[in-house]
Amino acid sequence: MTEQPAPAPDLTPVPTPALRPARADAPPLRILQLYPSEMNIYGDWGNTLTLMRRAQWSGFEVELLAHEVGDELPEQVDLVVAGGGQDSGQVRIAADLLAHGGAIRDWAEQDVPMLAVCGSYQLFGHVFVPATGDTADEPLTGISLLDVETRGSSKRLIGNLTIETERFGPVVGYENHSGLTTLGEGCVHLGTVRPFGPDDSRAAGNNGNDGSEGAVHREVIGTYLHGSVLPKNPAMADRLLAAAVRHRVGEDAYTAPDLEGIVTQRARDIAMSRPR
Amino acid sequence: MRIMRSALTVAAGRAARRLARLRGKGRGGSAFPGLVVERIDAGFLARTLEQLPLGVVVVSGTNGKTTTTKILVELLRSQGLRVFTNPTGSNFVRGVAASLLTEVDARGRLDADIAVLELDEAHAVHFVRQVRPRASLLLNVMRDQLDRFGEIDHTANLLHSVATATTELVVLNADDPRLAAPRFTADLTARVEGFGIGERLRRVFLSDDDLRRAEQEGPAMTEDAGLGTEQPEDAESAGTRLEAIDGRRASLRVGGAEHEVEFALPGVHNMLNATGALALASSLLGERADLDSLLHALSQVRAAFGRGEMLEVEGRALELALVKNPAGFRMSLLSADTAPAETMIAINDDYADGRDMSWLWDVDFSALRASGVHVVSGVRAFDMALRLRYDEVIVDGVETDLGAALGSLIAASRESGRPMRIFCTYTAMLAVRAQLSRITDVEVVL
Repeated sequence: MTEQPAPAPDLTPVPTPALRPARADAPPLRILQLYPSEMNIYGDWGNTLTLMRRAQWSGFEVELLAHEVGDELPEQVDLVVAGGGQDSGQVRIAADLLAHGGAIRDWAEQDVPMLAVCGSYQLFGHVFVPATGDTADEPLTGISLLDVETRGSSKRLIGNLTIETERFGPVVGYENHSGLTTLGEGCVHLGTVRPFGPDDSRAAGNNGNDGSEGAVHREVIGTYLHGSVLPKNPAMADRLLAAAVRHRVGEDAYTAPDLEGIVTQRARDIAMSRPR
Repeated sequence: MRIMRSALTVAAGRAARRLARLRGKGRGGSAFPGLVVERIDAGFLARTLEQLPLGVVVVSGTNGKTTTTKILVELLRSQGLRVFTNPTGSNFVRGVAASLLTEVDARGRLDADIAVLELDEAHAVHFVRQVRPRASLLLNVMRDQLDRFGEIDHTANLLHSVATATTELVVLNADDPRLAAPRFTADLTARVEGFGIGERLRRVFLSDDDLRRAEQEGPAMTEDAGLGTEQPEDAESAGTRLEAIDGRRASLRVGGAEHEVEFALPGVHNMLNATGALALASSLLGERADLDSLLHALSQVRAAFGRGEMLEVEGRALELALVKNPAGFRMSLLSADTAPAETMIAINDDYADGRDMSWLWDVDFSALRASGVHVVSGVRAFDMALRLRYDEVIVDGVETDLGAALGSLIAASRESGRPMRIFCTYTAMLAVRAQLSRITDVEVVL
């Protein structure tokens, strides 16, 4: 009854990154995670890890910092990552974030790059107004770094999502939010939602109405995409890192690691082809 | 009248099942007869289960439902009870109705003393609206299927509904920050008891909330696994505790004394599941419980379908571990044999697996650096390859086709003489099992 197993197939190899020589001259990049214990629900560690590894593979040392509720903000950072959280987590961090809003806005104006995903994206805007029945019953004031505002809705927008962006080409990820975000004049969207399958109304992005996704101001990116977003969209990671290196050493000294090849491309292609 | 009504329902439901089997190539098909029963006789479920002299026990939570239900059933059977339970995979309300159909006699009577039902968190809420359980065992609330449930706090609310509907006894994981929170237990009418881990094991078991903190701040911070201020004094509230583990041997504290159990079941997480099942069985049965025979039954329980199963291929061991969320994957990595093994990871993203791949980034794979991974497979194999790259784990290659990947794994094991282990998501596990059944002796379920 037993069959011989099939002969071993040729596996697609997974190349290891070709490391660039260490930049002994450069001081370490300081990457600050905002509220990693409250705001880390959808693989947000993946974004931090991707930035850290790509910096290391490109020859830069990384100093990883974390800011939690009640902490002092470090004086000088080169890159800020902030993740998604539950409604309850958002409520717990909102006041602390607001207290440090001035310093974070100043960093943004000095072109410190930042990635704010989902719940943090919302609080980087002016306000999050919860829907009736949400955990938070009062509006949460954001830090107005991005000219956006968000209103809670009763419907959760969940699923695979691909957007077309000017900066990075197609960006693929996964959205899971009930807040609907609208952009003001002071920032531009990150991209436009790619119609999804035969029923293009289902992919949502910022609000499900205007076809936009995310917001960009200087080197700050706000987005609903997780998945995690950076590993499958290395162009986005490299833009953040290039800006971080520019901030750190004052010149364009970042060269992306040479490793993408087929693995990243296939991961992207497959993600873009999956059902919502 | 009641018997008459049930008799008609049973006949109709069984006819529906025959029809489903004829049309569905003999596979699965518990949903259709369950639906028929639900439509023609909405009271069937409650009426049938209410006959049971010792009532209904519900097991729910994110991780470990299937294995814990199996353990609890074995424990109760060891005490001479006739136990009705729902088979693996039918943990929806309709699945319970369908499995009742196969067990009742033609007049709708169930030949059992007690029912132990595994229920998916969302369906548990629907279930308790129809049938109030006498006892419930709530295992944990972890991030899983957020594409379905939205938020972890929402999942905790679902389990809270189960707890409030429970009439006599709620046994919950006293180390779970959401289940043990005062706001969870405050308004329960049933007696509440805890199970959990002793101080010595705190480093091993981390909640989702602690995972990130532990990874970032190093092992020292996990010493007291800071579950926050809401954690009760576990020395008091965790009546039944897992105190120590050495391989398959564990030390359990029950009623003030420690007892050694040699488990057949692999995995430290299963030992904690066993602790919960023991807490429920001994508390529910009270003086009827015989501790020695309960502990003996505990040592004999074998893994449920696809949950840490040990199989054999060409005379070499193959461990099949179902992974479905970060905490579960982390536990599987922890308990994976430290001896070098040829490793395969198979990740699908069907509805039952979860469509969102984010969870892979919440697992620390550095434990696999030493042995490397032979092959990653499944629909999202390339996502997994990317994930491993960022944890600097060496992967021999990617093969999205599960059968071909399995062939490659077996060939690598033949070459190296090492045992094999496969971590797989739910639908990948079904496919891997189907492939394995062609080359080795695998218990066929479903």
